[in-house]
Amino acid sequence: MHIVVCIKQVPDSAQIRVHPVTNTIMRQGVPTIINPYDLYSLEEALRLRDQFNGKVTVLTMGPPMADQALRKALSIGADAAVLLSDRFFAGSDTLATSFALSSAIAKLSETDPVDMVFCGKQTIDGDTAQVGPGIAKRLELNQLTYVEKIRAVDLGARKITVERRAEGGVQVLTTALPCLVTMLEHTNTVRRGTMADMLRAARTEITVWNAAAAGIADIALCGLKGSPTVVKKVFAPQPRKEKAKMIEAAEGGDIASATVAALFAADGRLEETLFRQTGA
Amino acid sequence: MEKFDAIVVGAGPSGNSAAYVLAKAGLSVLQVERGETSGSKNVQGAILYATSLEKIIPDFREEAPLERHIVEQRLWMLDDRSHCGTHYRSDTFNEERPNRYTIVRAQFDKWFNSKVREAGALVVCETTVTELARDEKGKVVGIKTDRDDSVIHADVVILADGVNSLVGQRSGIRDEIKPEHAALAVKEMHFLPREVIEQRFNVKDNEGVVIEALGTVTMGLMGTAFLYTNGESLSVGIGCLVSDFRDSGTSPYVMLDKFKKHPSIAPLIEGSEVKEYAAHLIPEGGYKAIPKLHGDGWLIVGDSGQFVNSMHREGSNLAMETGRMAAETVVALKAEGKSMTEANLARYRKTLEDSFVMKDLKKYKNLPEILHENRQFVTTYPNLLSKAAETWFRVDGMPKLDKEKTIFRTFRSGRRLRGLIGDAVKIARAWR
Amino acid sequence: MSEAKPAAAPSRGKMKAELSDHFKTYKDVWVFVEVERGQVHPVSWELMGEGRKLADKLGVELAGVVMGASGDGCDAAIATAYEYGADKVYTIQDPLLADYRNETYTKGMTELVNTYKPEILLLGATNLGRDLAGSVATTLKTGLTADCTALAIDDDRSLGATRPTFGGSLLCTIYTLNVRPQMATIRPRVMAMPDRQPGRSGGIVLHPLGMAEESVVTKILDFIPDAAKEDAHLAYADVVVAGGVGLGKPENFKLVKDLAAVLGAEYGGSRPLVQKGWIDASRQIGQTGKTIRPRLYIAAGISGAIQHRVGVEGADQILAINTDPNAPIFDFAHQGIVGDALTVLPALTEAFRRHLSRSQAAE
Ligand SMILES: Cc1cc2nc3c(=O)[nH]c(=O)nc-3n(C[C@H](O)[C@H](O)[C@H](O)COP(=O)(O)OP(=O)(O)OC[C@H]3O[C@@H](n4cnc5c(N)ncnc54)[C@H](O)[C@@H]3O)c2cc1C
Ligand SMILES: Cc1cc2nc3c(=O)[nH]c(=O)nc-3n(C[C@H](O)[C@H](O)[C@H](O)COP(=O)(O)OP(=O)(O)OC[C@H]3O[C@@H](n4cnc5c(N)ncnc54)[C@H](O)[C@@H]3O)c2cc1C
Ligand SMILES: Nc1ncnc2c1ncn2[C@@H]1O[C@H](COP(=O)(O)O)[C@@H](O)[C@H]1O
Repeated sequence: MHIVVCIKQVPDSAQIRVHPVTNTIMRQGVPTIINPYDLYSLEEALRLRDQFNGKVTVLTMGPPMADQALRKALSIGADAAVLLSDRFFAGSDTLATSFALSSAIAKLSETDPVDMVFCGKQTIDGDTAQVGPGIAKRLELNQLTYVEKIRAVDLGARKITVERRAEGGVQVLTTALPCLVTMLEHTNTVRRGTMADMLRAARTEITVWNAAAAGIADIALCGLKGSPTVVKKVFAPQPRKEKAKMIEAAEGGDIASATVAALFAADGRLEETLFRQTGA
Repeated sequence: MEKFDAIVVGAGPSGNSAAYVLAKAGLSVLQVERGETSGSKNVQGAILYATSLEKIIPDFREEAPLERHIVEQRLWMLDDRSHCGTHYRSDTFNEERPNRYTIVRAQFDKWFNSKVREAGALVVCETTVTELARDEKGKVVGIKTDRDDSVIHADVVILADGVNSLVGQRSGIRDEIKPEHAALAVKEMHFLPREVIEQRFNVKDNEGVVIEALGTVTMGLMGTAFLYTNGESLSVGIGCLVSDFRDSGTSPYVMLDKFKKHPSIAPLIEGSEVKEYAAHLIPEGGYKAIPKLHGDGWLIVGDSGQFVNSMHREGSNLAMETGRMAAETVVALKAEGKSMTEANLARYRKTLEDSFVMKDLKKYKNLPEILHENRQFVTTYPNLLSKAAETWFRVDGMPKLDKEKTIFRTFRSGRRLRGLIGDAVKIARAWR
Repeated sequence: MSEAKPAAAPSRGKMKAELSDHFKTYKDVWVFVEVERGQVHPVSWELMGEGRKLADKLGVELAGVVMGASGDGCDAAIATAYEYGADKVYTIQDPLLADYRNETYTKGMTELVNTYKPEILLLGATNLGRDLAGSVATTLKTGLTADCTALAIDDDRSLGATRPTFGGSLLCTIYTLNVRPQMATIRPRVMAMPDRQPGRSGGIVLHPLGMAEESVVTKILDFIPDAAKEDAHLAYADVVVAGGVGLGKPENFKLVKDLAAVLGAEYGGSRPLVQKGWIDASRQIGQTGKTIRPRLYIAAGISGAIQHRVGVEGADQILAINTDPNAPIFDFAHQGIVGDALTVLPALTEAFRRHLSRSQAAE
């Protein structure tokens, strides 16, 4: 069983700084991490690998330094890693990204047919949750997003049954392999590799592919050119003009009563709302 | 499990130097680092002394992430409202191969470690070495980690695990560092646009400025404060002896806050965005605190061996020097087909003694005690100096001769003549 | 998505939409009406309100897209769509659409687009909306801006979709240049719910799905409805009380629940509380949790990190309780109390209890 897990290296968003003058992201000193959502998918893939004695290949598209994310994934237990890196990929939107990644997955399939592709639910920088569905569509994989639990995989019958989070409940779905799965967060706990895993990871060569190596013939489908969307403006959120009005207790009164009064004063319909919802 | 020629514990400057030199020489090397990456556990912002690194990677300037080269050094005595001190700025420092750079450790260490990997060492991060493994005779034969129970074997283990060296302690090689031998330094990164930094510090291109300050900011504790210019940030910090913090009950954060609010510092950092607050120990025990440095199957380098010259604020360079020397010792023994016994590894100690590392540390061997016992250097003198300068510069109709007398009188009343002379002698002695 | 690559932005800014004759025939604004198990997700009506504004600006029609098995659910959805502003509804009703499945819905939606050619297609950024939008956009090879917080029509009639990036530290405005439709998904609770116009009506276009169950690979074995989850209303609550790390101990979270109970409000918390296990993940408010848009939001012991801020900014009124007068939350809260949440919360609970019972007695 061959499973490909797409991971993305992202800046640790809690620590992102915006340049006060140019409004650009200051990457200096900002640590990068594997997109946290991807780890749930990686763990799930590793569990299936262990169960079926298969192989997990981690794949990322990004700048050369994205190999750190791949190294990390190897040390968690992945067997092989591919970095898709080419200046033609710069400026890719979700459509171009899913094109590049799906080309690479197709290429991987030539030597070792891919049974399942895992993506994260979404990224914390792009936040779109669109790359996974994009890959599925291009490779015509059956798409299983927001999976809470993989109930069973039957390699012989090439079937998979999962529980998928829907609005107001869980769908139990069954479909055929090959398929694409995105796992919901907190669905498993990412393992810690053994010392043997660590040594193997440190020794594993990361395969680096440019567009041509990934079998991409038409560069126009990549990067800026292959992206129907363009970012026209980047700007910092407008700071609210006024800071919060600080409530202080009135002479002889207490702060709580002052607060109740202030809230009601600011919103004439609040009191009515409260009465309605408390049934008073 | 398999066996390596050498295992290096830690990926700070000392560990990276050792691992690089060993791997370059073709030895099989495993380096184990606790942090997520090399540098991830290290305090941001520092000064890099080029020479020590040049000995290992001659053309490092072409690729290492360097922030600014230093063209100006300020040494300030602070009282609560003023500073008085020296500036040394020279265009000579704009040489082709500058001598000192500011660096951001997280990036620099990461780069250095990437060179270690390129050189062929296996690097394993996010793994803590828990103890040294020994054979029945007590010879160190490898390490154990927190990942599982397996022992990873090696002919020699180089401990480059930093100031606390828990591995050294747990393995009975080293004692716990004494509170009076360690400074606790706190540091913040203050982000500012490049242009603002260049304007405020009167520099251009990649020129940089260093400010070292001592005085009443440390509230009577022995220590110094500093401010370095990076590309788009300032490293601002302060450090005092752990024992002083313990005895005084002052918190380093309060002290750093005081420094940042000082009227000479506040305008320099105004409007900056603070990111990354970090605290770290610096070994300041000097020569006398250096532990045993080698034994059967092991060597100690860097902070773990207390190699810091606190007088000159040198640490990372000594870390690189000791890492290199330890590695070269191992490489040489290996080439000669000799085993890693205590007797053979003594060569490392000898190399150290012959180098500036030990010579410098010996020169200041009494400094820690002297400073420890003579608080007037950070309390009385800054106040006296400030008062003197203020008197001297204020144009108020007082005859200059009277001004001189007043200054002299304040010094004498602040610190009796015997005290003044005594202090001078003490300093001179410590310097010798 | 189009990741913000500010360095490249200026040159992109000059790029102009150069529509082919084919795409010039694309007209109208469409809103996908998300019906699941007979229920319409409220985000669909929020989008209908927003779509109305865009259609009016463009001088075109606003249409709803309703898919499902024929029956009450679809009929009600169609009727309500008109009342929230749709001029027209495109609908595909087929037993195969009884439950959401990517294959069937993608086929239906792509066909509708290819046949009736909208210039803008909006979907809610729900699990269903995102699952569908990605597949549709890839099939149509068009641009899709995900998770938007603001939409506007440019002078050249193109849709500018603004979305937070890097966890809300930055916003970027994204355009789909040379392809139609321009697709966007919008987060629930970001747009205001429009007023409903009872009795309003419009046109209808029926379209067949043209698929047989045998040709659909994915089968639904079961649907396990959530046991009447107590958090179901957090995103849509009128009043929300939330706590953060400043509460100190898990036991203290009760103070938040107490106040919420007296106000008839929902409660939630910052992410660290979820990570510490003090509250359920479904109660997390912020970038990776729920976006809320209440009349009143009370935040106790929450610092106001950007990832939290983006989830609560839509609130009409924010009251922050924090011991630190410089806490970032005071930068966007409307009212503030500098004080210890552990004493302020119980005092507020008491004051509201008194007020609400007194007023009731007076009536
Ligand atoms: C605030 C501050 C400012 C300084 N400024 C300067 C300056 O300007 N110039 C200068 O030259 N020096 C400076 N120094 C000193 C300098 O940082 C140190 O001397 C230098 O980092 C020592 O290098 P090292 O490799 O020995 O130790 P470290 O840099 O401490 O590296 C030790 C490494 O070992 C790892 N480690 C520890 N235990 C284990 C374990 N059990 N298993 C695996 N890995 C482990 C750690 O994570 C760490 O990465 C400063 C120090 C501080 C605190
Ligand atoms: C990818 C990513 C996604 C994230 N998504 C989210 C998200 O969706 N939602 C979210 O909330 N966070 C999110 N975060 C985390 C976010 O960055 C902050 O870390 C988090 O919001 C901080 O939670 P807090 O305000 O409770 O805690 P802190 O930041 O620790 O703040 C505690 C506050 O309590 C105050 N305080 C202390 N004692 C008292 C007292 N007795 N009374 C009153 N006040 C007191 C303090 O002054 C302080 O301001 C995300 C982070 C990342 C990296
Ligand atoms: N550059 C990339 N390289 C590899 N995988 C990616 C990349 N971008 C996105 N993905 C995958 O697609 C998922 C959704 O990303 P997004 O659509 O950006 O939210 C991620 O969690 C990854 O699994």
